[in-house]
This record gives sequence, structure tokens and C-alpha cells, in this order.
Amino acid sequence: MTSIAKPPVKHPTARTNGLGLTLRDYEGAMSTLCAGCGHDSVTAALVQAAWELELEPHRAAKMSGIGCSSKTTAYFMKQSHGFNSVHGRMPSVTTGAAAANKGLTYIGISGDGDSLSIGLGQLSHAIRRNVNMLYVIENNGVYGLTKGQFSASADVGSTSKKGEANEQAPIDPVLLALTLGGTFVARSFSGDKRQLVPILKAAIAHKGLALVDVISPCVSFNDHDGSTKSYAYTREHEIEAVQADFIPLKREITLPETGEEVRTVELHDGGRVRLRSTAADYDPTNRESAYAHVRACQARNEIATGLLFVDENGRDMHDHLKTVPTPLVDIPFEQLCPGKAALDALMPRYR
Amino acid sequence: MSGVNDFAFKMGTVNGTGSASANGLLMQAIFRMGIPVTGKNLFPSNIQGLPTWYEIRVSKDGYRARPSALDLVVALNPATYAKDVASVRPGGYLLYDSSWPLDPDLVREGITILGVPFGRMCVESFDGDRDRTLLRNIAYAGALAALLKIDTAIVETMLSEKFGKKPKLLDANHKAFALGFDYAAAHYDCPLPFHLEPMDKTGDCILIDGNAAAALGAVYAGATVGAWYPITPATALMEQFSAFCAKYRVDKATGLHKYAILQAEDELAAAGIVIGAGWAGARAFTNTSGPGISLMQEFIGLAYYTDIPAVFIDVQRCGPATGMPTRTQQADLLSLAYASHGDTKHLILFPADPRECFEMTVQAFDLAERFQTPVFVASDLDIGMNDWMVKRFDWDDSYRPDRGKVLDADALKKIERFSRYLDVDGDGIAARTLPGVGGKGAYFVRGSGHDKHGLYTEDAEAYQELVDRLRRKFEGAADHVPKPLISHQAGAEVALVTIGGCEAAVLEAADLLRAEGIHTDYMRIRGFPFNADVRTFLGRHEHTFVIEQNRDAQLRSLLQIELGVTRDTMIPILDYAGLPLTAGKVVSAVKAHLAEVPA
Ligand SMILES: Cc1ncc(C[n+]2csc(CCOP(=O)(O)OP(=O)(O)O)c2C)c(N)n1
Ligand code: SF4
Repeated sequence: MTSIAKPPVKHPTARTNGLGLTLRDYEGAMSTLCAGCGHDSVTAALVQAAWELELEPHRAAKMSGIGCSSKTTAYFMKQSHGFNSVHGRMPSVTTGAAAANKGLTYIGISGDGDSLSIGLGQLSHAIRRNVNMLYVIENNGVYGLTKGQFSASADVGSTSKKGEANEQAPIDPVLLALTLGGTFVARSFSGDKRQLVPILKAAIAHKGLALVDVISPCVSFNDHDGSTKSYAYTREHEIEAVQADFIPLKREITLPETGEEVRTVELHDGGRVRLRSTAADYDPTNRESAYAHVRACQARNEIATGLLFVDENGRDMHDHLKTVPTPLVDIPFEQLCPGKAALDALMPRYR
Repeated sequence: MSGVNDFAFKMGTVNGTGSASANGLLMQAIFRMGIPVTGKNLFPSNIQGLPTWYEIRVSKDGYRARPSALDLVVALNPATYAKDVASVRPGGYLLYDSSWPLDPDLVREGITILGVPFGRMCVESFDGDRDRTLLRNIAYAGALAALLKIDTAIVETMLSEKFGKKPKLLDANHKAFALGFDYAAAHYDCPLPFHLEPMDKTGDCILIDGNAAAALGAVYAGATVGAWYPITPATALMEQFSAFCAKYRVDKATGLHKYAILQAEDELAAAGIVIGAGWAGARAFTNTSGPGISLMQEFIGLAYYTDIPAVFIDVQRCGPATGMPTRTQQADLLSLAYASHGDTKHLILFPADPRECFEMTVQAFDLAERFQTPVFVASDLDIGMNDWMVKRFDWDDSYRPDRGKVLDADALKKIERFSRYLDVDGDGIAARTLPGVGGKGAYFVRGSGHDKHGLYTEDAEAYQELVDRLRRKFEGAADHVPKPLISHQAGAEVALVTIGGCEAAVLEAADLLRAEGIHTDYMRIRGFPFNADVRTFLGRHEHTFVIEQNRDAQLRSLLQIELGVTRDTMIPILDYAGLPLTAGKVVSAVKAHLAEVPA
């Protein structure tokens, strides 16, 4: 298993985005995940989202922990810096990088093991700090890389491939993020690019931490009849809260005629998310009702997907830190070091 | 050893009763009289109610170690009377609160007992329990001023500096000070035989603790990201960094900060933040102590294996486990040198006092970036939390940070292919690029196996090539860490080797030994990896005493492992009870050994 670069062939007729880049330019190394792994679909959605958003690859940083999911960062945007850190600790590394250089777009990819077990503390505190980043959890209910142990998101009654049933209640990252004051909380399904891509786009554009929980089945260890994170199960039990479509200001907004209720959420950077609620009274700006909706779906054995909550007025980490607009890494040393005169003036304080 | 400007005294009080400010006042007043002085705060891991001591040593010769004997003890905590009385040297003095009848515990043949009714005087003169308790401390400072001949004009100035804006408090403090002073002057032969006379030996010095000094070093080095989790005795370091940043790094027009200080959720996160920030190109650091270093191990290994600069300031305390958080030790040496799993080795700097904390913190950032690796500054509680008399700090405005090999967009244009871990110069240090630079400079950091291009691999040769490069890099750093301080005495037969804050006691011990005809050479190690001078020095001496503050002779082990020096030529002198080392301890250990095996 090594890094396999994809052949750099460009189709002459490939569509380019505003930066003159094709979709291929947003791809990364060849995936070494199992054929059919949900995580690869998430990669494809990320490529699509970044391309559509016209993200400058070199202005983005891809961050991850450890796990099959965390390998995703290697498979998209090869022209971006990436950091595959240690198990469960992607949030702190990203926090540090974002503190140092607020000028980049941070895309964090994690797994349910990575984020909800070993990394639960770091995830919680990244939410609490509202680090400006996209935080994707590729949620398959198992530890893929260590071959199929239950993760903290495995549902009660869900069985392992060997048939052993899970007894412990799961941790739901969406409820967690809502509880901790997360400013952007969404859930989707790896197999539903139509829903996932706009959510990812909105999440990247969001100022603050945007948590996107993506149900992403593990074909090797958790795609069987006893699993509640299998393709079949998810397809059958998914309930879309709102259908999201991200429209940056630069583009004309075209909405399919559906006759359904449409809500527009203003995004901080001027972009907006257009939401089509399945329920007429669903309000994605109301934390309490979002919580109630997710719980209600859960009670019915259903998965609430879509953009579940967004607060575009939340203060992010740099607001709390009161940092200057210039990224700290770009401040010249002369402005950081107080110099000899200041030191001489300080010394009498210690006499 | 006890006379004018050469004696030591100690206050035994109760934690949380406000004695710290009276003790600080005494120490600073002596310093302002131009007399070299050292203060050691021996405090419990507790907020209120447990015994606490403060030892002040006055030394016209400038010795800074903890005193070996006490000429005067102020016994104000009934719980420790017996212990305190026993700690007075024969012929010395005891000062106690005579508001109540003399406690039998305080009686001892061969010492002079002085009573001053501090409690009663304060009850008569002040209202409220809190004020009475607080001012009792100023009253004993007053009595000591009379007994030891502290310049009262200096004390008055200091009180005005402190309480100038609060006239009521100022008055009360003046009054309390005078109560003690006048009582002692009226009832006893003042001053005592050992006392103070003004000198001019502190003019170019300051009194500062190592944590404040290291914090200042971080500011001067241009550190912009500090991440930490509170832990004694390291906490004040980041608090001071924050205070200095507020003073020097706030944009006047907007009130916005040119720094980011993050109180992390734990030490794991603190280390992660530092590594993330270091990768992104900021000078970033964390301050912690032993338990924190334990938690940071995984990340330290990551930074080592992926060539990421990071500075860790370890203010060591007594372990293992929670140990004794307010006691000092040098027991993290091995766990820093080889921190994390796998084959790792790390750069360490060993400051001996606050001045070196300032200078070495700056160096640590330069080394971390030059060698793209974690660098530790191994301070300890004694250095970090006690005020030390050191030469005032200096700064050369021509200093520019050593950012090491960083390729920017222009530099990248000139090369055909960027390979993150390619050792072009043969020094083990590959050039890095910072996120955001784009183009061919983009690469992927991975803690898993990678080759010189940064690509994932489990290839045996590629792995070995990488870890061999890291070792080369480490070895190269030996020429860049601070050299040891070495001194020779004519006719020296044995050598004293030590590290960090032990220096004060060891240098004094060398003088005491010489007075007895035992001549010693001296070496204080200041950096790891050990540079060539360390090896040469050890090779030149048949016998060396290795003096350090831990149970298992960790420095000696490191010297053995890294330099292959044999065991029996290095005689350990170990002090690990948690208190700062005294010269007396070193002298008696050396003499005991020489009596056994003549050198
Ligand atoms: C400190 C530490 N403990 C354990 C491991 C082993 N480990 C690697 S990946 C993993 C689980 C990953 O699960 P998840 O995040 O759900 O990702 P998936 O592989 O399912 O996508 C574990 C336990 C490790 N790398 N580090
Ligand atoms: S083990 Fe599961 S999670 Fe890992 S790559 Fe295979 S399918 Fe994906």
C-alpha cells in the first residue's frame, strides 16, 4: 500500500471553473480504501464542492486524524497542504494551524472512532471554540482500519460482522454539536451527492466550525443485514430535514420549481443557503427545534439529514482571541519583538 | 559564616495568611540595599492553612544557593514550632509571637529566644480579623528590620510604591511595620551580631523568577501562539506571557492582538495546537510540568518524525504521578531526552537561573526552527517560581529569528521538484514549505511511514533512510546547543559535573572544598545532545561527581548512554527530597566519598 499518483491526463473538453481548474485538479492520490467504501464517495463530493466553490487549492489545508476516514485527505486537492496527525487529535492540530494562519480554509476529515471515542474531548472543544473549519465525520459505526470493532456511534442492537450485538447507546455527533453550541450542524449520506455537495459548500463558506456528519458505510465491516449504518438501512431510514442548495453570490440562482416552502439563510461571506424543508415549519436557525427534530427522528428510528442548524452570527475562535486581521504568521518580526529599548525600560520593574 | 551581610533567616508561617508579601518586601529591601540576596519559597500544595516557609539568604560574596544553616528563624505557625526551633543553628536566634505564653516547644538550650507580641499589637491597633492577620506579617517584617538593620527609608519607599493609590492601606502598613520595629528596638540589642550594611553589589542586577524570564524570552523570540493547560509550577509562565503580550503586542488603534493564547482542554491538545501552529509557520510553545509531558508524548513523537518545530518549556516538579507539585526536582531528564515511542531523541536546553531561562527560550525557538524538531527547555520549580538575583537582561536589536530552511514561492520557482524530506545539504535538515505557498510546495504531513518525498511508504530502506536522517540531524545539533560551562582549578584531582539550578550550590561547594584543600574542576551541562566539550571534559578526569536532583542519576545515565562513559568513573551525588540543593550537602557527599576511596 503506497501513495499512488493519478496519471495527470487532462481531457481537452473538461469543464473549468472560474479559476480555470478542472475537477481533476481537485483530485488527490489514488484511493487505497476498499472498493465501494463510503468514504470515497465523500471524497468525490468534496472534490465537487471545492471545484464548484472555486476554492484555491493552495489556500486550503486538509487536516485529519487516524482511521480509514482520515486517509480521505490524501485523496483530494493534491495541491493543498495536508496533515494526517494522530488518532483523535485532528481538532487541536487544526486549532493551532488556524490560530497561526487564519487566512487558509481548513478542511478536517475524521471518523466516528476518531472523533467520538478517542477524540471526543478535542471535537467538543473545537466546537466550543468555534474554530473556523469544515469538520466532516465519516460515520460508519465501526472502526474500519482496526477491522470492525464497534465505535461510539454504533446503534444499540446493531451487530458486528461476527454477529455480536452492540449494547451501549450511541453518541450522536449532531446532538452533541447542537448541545455544545455548534454554529453549523448538518448530516448527510455518502451516497447522496445531490444533498451532500451543497451542504459541504455551505459548510466551507461558514465562518466558524461547520460539523457535517456523513453516514458513510464500511463495505468491509459494517455493510451487512445487522448493521444500522449499511447502505440499505440508511437509504430506507433517511429523513431529509431540508434540502440544501448553496448559492454563492457570483452565480445566478436557479431553483427547480417544486412549490415547496423555501427558506434562505444568509451566510457570513455573503453567500446563502437555500433550504427546502420537508416539514413546513422546520426552522434551521432554531437550536431547540433542531434538537427536537433530530430526537424525534431518532425515536422513529429515522435519520434526520440536511442542514439541521446554522447560526451565522456566532463568534469564531479569532473573534474570541481578538486577533488582528493579518494572519499571525504574516506579521513581521519587527512588530513582534519589543526591542532593546523596551527591555531596558522594563528592567527597573524587577528592582 | 555568619556575620555582616552573610547570614540566613527563615519565616515559618501558615499558607494563605498573606506572609508572601511581607517576605517579598524583606527580600527586595535587602536587594535594594545593594546586598546580594536569595529567597526560597517552600510552600505546600494547598491554598490555605498548611505550613509554609520562606528562606532568605544574604551573601556578600554572592552565593545564591539555599542556605545550609539558619541564623534566625521566625516561628509564627504553632503547628511547626518544634521543627522550626530545631532548624536554628547552635548559637542562633528564634523570634516568636509573645502574645501568648512561651510554648514549651519553643524552648531550646543554646539559642536566643526573642519575643514580640505581634498578635496582641495588631489586635489593639487594627480592626477586623483579616486586616489583623495580614498586618501581623508586616509587623514581623518591622521587627526584623530593627534586628537586622534593614534600611527603613527603603521599606517606606516600597510601601508607597505598592499602596500609593490606597492611602488607608498605606497608613495601616506603615503603622504595622513601625509597631514591630519599635518593639524590637525598645526591647532588644539591635542590631543582632549578624546584620546588614549597605553595599553596591546589586546595581546591574534584577530579581526575577524563571517563569517570568522565559515568558519574556518567548515574547522577544517572536512567539505568537502559546497553548497550555494549567499546572504547578508552570502556570505563571503563560500568565506572564499573556501579560507581556498585553503590554507589547496589542495594536493601539484597534485593541486587537498580535498573538493567540489558548488555554487548551488538556496537555494533549496543548501539544497539538503547538504542532499545528508550528507546521503553519508560527513560533509556538507550551509550558508544562512532568504530568503534562507524559500526556504530550504521542504528539512529541509525531513532531519528531515529521520534522515540525515546537518548543516545550518543562518546569519540573517532584514525580512520579501527582507527586509533590510544589517541590522541585530534575527528574524529567530521561523522559525528555527520549520522549515518545519508537527511536526518538530530542534537543534539550538546561537553564540554571532566570537569566538563562530568558536567553535559552529565545535559543529554543531558533533551534526548533533550524532543526525542525521539538526542543525542550528543562527548567524546574526552584528556577521557575523563586526570585533569583541575576544580571539584568540584555537584547541585541540586530537579532533576527533563525527560521531555518523554508522555501517560499520564489525559492520554489527555482527548483524543479520539491521533496519535503530530501537531505540536500547532508546535515539531515530538509527544506520545508509552509501551508498556503501553493504550487509544487504543497505536501502531506503524515505520521505514518514516508519517504524522502513525503509520500506514504512501508518500504524498509525508505524508513531506515528517514530515521537515519533524523539521527544525523540530532547529532548535528550538538554543535548548536549551548556549550557546557567549564572551569579549572590548579591541581584539581576530581571534577564536579552538574546541571541546571544545582549550579548555585555546586559552585559554592567548590569554594568550600578548596578551603579544605580539595581542588575541583567544574562543568555545568547546558544542552543535549552533548557537544564535544562534554566528552573531552569527562575524558580528562579520572573521577567525576555527577550532582543532580533525582533518585536514579538520570544525567549520569544520559552521559553513559550517549557518550559511553563507564559507570565507576562517575560518582552520583543525588538530592531528590524536593528542596533546592545546599552547598553543605554537596560538600559532605564529596568528602564522604573521598574518605572512602581517596581520589
Ligand atoms: C493512540 C492510538 N490508539 C489506537 C490506534 C489504532 N487505530 C487506528 S484507526 C482506529 C479506529 C478508526 O476508526 P474510525 O475513526 O471510525 O475510522 P474508520 O477507519 O472507521 O474510517 C484505531 C483504533 C491508533 N492509531 N492510535
Ligand atoms: S475497512 Fe471499511 S472504512 Fe475502511 S476502507 Fe474498507 S470499507 Fe472503508
